Amino acid sequence: MSEGFDAEAHVAHMEKLMGLTIEDAWRPVVVAHVAATQKAADLLLGFPLDDEVEAAPVFVP
Amino acid sequence: MTEAADLTRLTAAETAAAVKSGSARALDVAQASLERIESLNPLLRAFTDVTAERALQQAAEVDEAIARGDDLPLAGVPFAVKNLFDMEGVVTRSGSKINLDNAPAQGDATLVRKLSQAGAVLMGGLNMGEYAYDFTGENVHDGNCLNPHDTGRMTGGSSSGSGAAAASGMVPVTLGSDTNGSIRVPSSFCGLFGLKPTYGRLSRHGTYPFVGSLDHLGPLTRSAEDLSLVFDVLQGPDVRDPAQADMPVLKTLSELEKGAGGLRVAVAGGYFREKAETEALAAVDKVAAALGASAEIDIPEAARARAAAYVITTSEGSNLHFDRIRTRPQDFDPDTRDRFLSGTMVPAMWVLQAQRFRSWFRTMMRGIFQHVDVILAPATPFSALPSGTKTITLGGETMPARPNIGLFTQPISFIGLPVVAVPVWLDGAALPIGVQVIAPAWREDLALRVAHQLGMDGVAAAPVADPAIDNI
Repeated sequence: MSEGFDAEAHVAHMEKLMGLTIEDAWRPVVVAHVAATQKAADLLLGFPLDDEVEAAPVFVP
Repeated sequence: MTEAADLTRLTAAETAAAVKSGSARALDVAQASLERIESLNPLLRAFTDVTAERALQQAAEVDEAIARGDDLPLAGVPFAVKNLFDMEGVVTRSGSKINLDNAPAQGDATLVRKLSQAGAVLMGGLNMGEYAYDFTGENVHDGNCLNPHDTGRMTGGSSSGSGAAAASGMVPVTLGSDTNGSIRVPSSFCGLFGLKPTYGRLSRHGTYPFVGSLDHLGPLTRSAEDLSLVFDVLQGPDVRDPAQADMPVLKTLSELEKGAGGLRVAVAGGYFREKAETEALAAVDKVAAALGASAEIDIPEAARARAAAYVITTSEGSNLHFDRIRTRPQDFDPDTRDRFLSGTMVPAMWVLQAQRFRSWFRTMMRGIFQHVDVILAPATPFSALPSGTKTITLGGETMPARPNIGLFTQPISFIGLPVVAVPVWLDGAALPIGVQVIAPAWREDLALRVAHQLGMDGVAAAPVADPAIDNI
């Protein structure tokens, strides 16, 4: 799943979409955090869940 | 009458007993607390706001109430709260510069009100990592909070001031919040008993959120008895917290004497031993030996649980702060700024998968608790790090310090299990380290019973720290 993920390109795309300001000095750290998050997500996406496993958040109508 | 210096050494239970019996006045206790805060706070930076006037007024009212014969379980007990709790008339900082623009709180957080009604005396608000996205206790706006046992080291965070204030005897009780470990980490680094109750147990109304899916509130104290005393007061329904569960109040104080007898205690293996330093493993083993616990159990997929908590935290926290991180990034602490920026960019697929995995992990853990009553695990991989530490090496892998101090706390709070962090001092150690006593959902009583026995047997202890103040 992670192959081909380019954290730097992801940040460059998303900062425009989200209207963010990322100064040059901050960028490497932001990119590192995005890469770390992707690594965490990769662990999750690699784990099969049955279709009936629902998301956890509480909602009381 | 008890001497002023002695008053700050007392636990909450001892303080309340002294005030109720008339051997100490609440006003004297509050003044002793204020003096200790004044003396140590320039060094430790535990308090950001001292509510001295309110404290003296509340204390005088407690003395009057006791004279009338009122029964107040926390009579005259000084307490302070992480500065994300609303305190009437005080701006709720949540460790930030930006929130100082907000108006002062118009009332107290539910838990502040409950403690006050029980006779406890609010001394003020405590330092914390910005917006609670922190495990270090470092804060660029209010200064780094320092560990009272070694001021060259971190308190741990994000409830940094909650750790420093209780460990240094400024107050016997503090409240903190714990999203991924922010009560248990400072409890470990500062050598305190810390309770993270079951998710949904205590009202969060009147506190500034971080990650609604994972936010918990709870106390830090110098004894397990004090945790119980305070926890019993803090409970009760509050419709203003939408995540609070409809559960009956669990009285724990009267259960403590049962100790760990008859409980099936196991040690968490696998993930919880792989990236722990020697002192963390030795502390768990010491506690296990004291409890006669020899069984080791594997908690499957703990690394994925931690990963899922990480993904939910960064995305949900960044959603909360989106306007602020978009318009005022320069006003954030650089250490949280870059994480909040990153968190705005998380695909929904990742977050939803994490929330579905949360259900899976909860169900799996329920199965484990069919066979054990309590699980032991390290609270932190090591004792308090030197201030300013940016990277750590665990299991041969070098990683950023700030997000990884909570490796062992995150998988547990992820599914809301109640935990008491107990402070252990290994032979010859200069610093304490915490062990998590983990119980099934809604069974805080079991973790508290075990913690109490460990305290009574001298296996866990939270002595008051007396940092040298010569060089302020």
